[in-house]
Amino acid sequence: MAQAVMKPGAARGPVSGTAKSREGRRRKPFLVDLYGTAVGKKYAMAISGIALLGFVLFHMIGNLKMYLGASDLNHYAHFLEKLLYPILPEKVMLWILRFGLIAMVLVHIHAAYTLTVLNRKARPVKYQSARDYQVASFASRSMRYTGVIVLAFVVWHLLDLTFGTVNSYTGTKDAEGLKDVYGAVVYTFDRVPVAIFYIIANIALGVHLFHGVWSLFQSLGWNNPRFNKWRQAMATGFAVVVVVGNVSFPVAVMAGIVG
Amino acid sequence: MSHHLSNLTLKVWRQSGPDNAGHFESYKIDSISDEASFLEMLDVLNEKLIGENKEPVTFDHDCREGICGTCSLMINGQAHGPERATATCQLHMRKFKSGDEIVIEPWRAQAFPIVKDLMVDRSAFDRIIESGGFITAPTGGAPDANLIPIPKPVADAAMDSAQCIGCGACVAACPNGAANLFTAAKISHLNLLPQGQAERYKRVEAMVETMDEYFGSCTNHGECEAACPKEISVDVIALMNKDYRAAKFKNRKELSRN
Repeated sequence: MAQAVMKPGAARGPVSGTAKSREGRRRKPFLVDLYGTAVGKKYAMAISGIALLGFVLFHMIGNLKMYLGASDLNHYAHFLEKLLYPILPEKVMLWILRFGLIAMVLVHIHAAYTLTVLNRKARPVKYQSARDYQVASFASRSMRYTGVIVLAFVVWHLLDLTFGTVNSYTGTKDAEGLKDVYGAVVYTFDRVPVAIFYIIANIALGVHLFHGVWSLFQSLGWNNPRFNKWRQAMATGFAVVVVVGNVSFPVAVMAGIVG
Repeated sequence: MSHHLSNLTLKVWRQSGPDNAGHFESYKIDSISDEASFLEMLDVLNEKLIGENKEPVTFDHDCREGICGTCSLMINGQAHGPERATATCQLHMRKFKSGDEIVIEPWRAQAFPIVKDLMVDRSAFDRIIESGGFITAPTGGAPDANLIPIPKPVADAAMDSAQCIGCGACVAACPNGAANLFTAAKISHLNLLPQGQAERYKRVEAMVETMDEYFGSCTNHGECEAACPKEISVDVIALMNKDYRAAKFKNRKELSRN
């Protein structure tokens, strides 16, 4: 009666933990081999996620300079362009970091996409009655949607404050001859729809981080009874700090505290 | 003194074979003792259907005492029904109320094709076990009980994992149809114990990669743990992930010795 489940057309060799043929198998390069399985892809998700967490946190901390005034923020932006200058020419280190970030974003998206496809295939026929989820949080079940919102926001944010495509003020110099980042931020948040989009996207980011930061511990196999109870607290704390910091900027501009 | 529930409506998934289209069929249970188990309630329904010369509902069951892992059923959208840490066979009708509508559906996953009605084929789990869920040991007389000393916390942790009865509720409850809780329970059961060490890294690599051929991936929702009739913790999944990473390094190193 019960027949072995075989994927159509899939030839499967012996998979026993002691099978000789497995030992003789030609191995792909380490990272390619690891990335070939779902568990390995979750490692890629977690590691690229950690890199992006670092960026998100330091981006927020750096932007807090705007509360110290225009000169402080503009000097900070100039400092980033001159990272490791004069060892490297101006902006070279900045671009190295940017390429690193872009690579991490691509890994994160590729892993998320391929895992989503795998998961959809794993249940081709959905439950025909309503599911009653017990513990899956809104955050965990909306990761792909919050992720897409954040990605769309990042694209807008780059066009706005980095390339100036949608912000005519970006690139203007201040009295000291530095790029007036402060003025560009004030310009962008004086547009109410932009500020609202910014706030919504940051709340989506917070929801994404709330699940992501907890989840990465599991994916990386970091499980220790001594610190397990801190994992969710750390995720909540990280998400709150980043969201409160980031959302304060448009609120401060709209309230006239900055500007 | 037992009470009776009356006027239950069952919406049961009926499907005549693996390749046939299925549908929900409604049945009335006029009266059932609240001491009846959920499966006994289905037995009563089947007796009635047979009496009416209709096809009885096919469902998986065996020991009916919660230890064999044969029973299944998605009951009102929850694997093994509303009671925590309870397999369907140990779920009793006192958990329901008179007049309730109860929706019963089979496990749904690519790797668990429906055989008939509520019965699914879970042999994909066997493929995972075959690939490494055992220890290779010389058979013969049973060794002395305390020949290999094992610290109590380690024995307890291994026992917690060994409780897995392989019912598939974790896969059924997982929004991704992943079998990580099952596979991780089977891996950690052996990988925690001294007897499992010799094949530890071969085991985890083989079992994870076999799992990958049939099931979805883990997104840490925790639904598996909530559905598990043996309350196996998602902590075992972290242990599996850690051992898988270690295996990728160690197994390559072992191979390069040849």
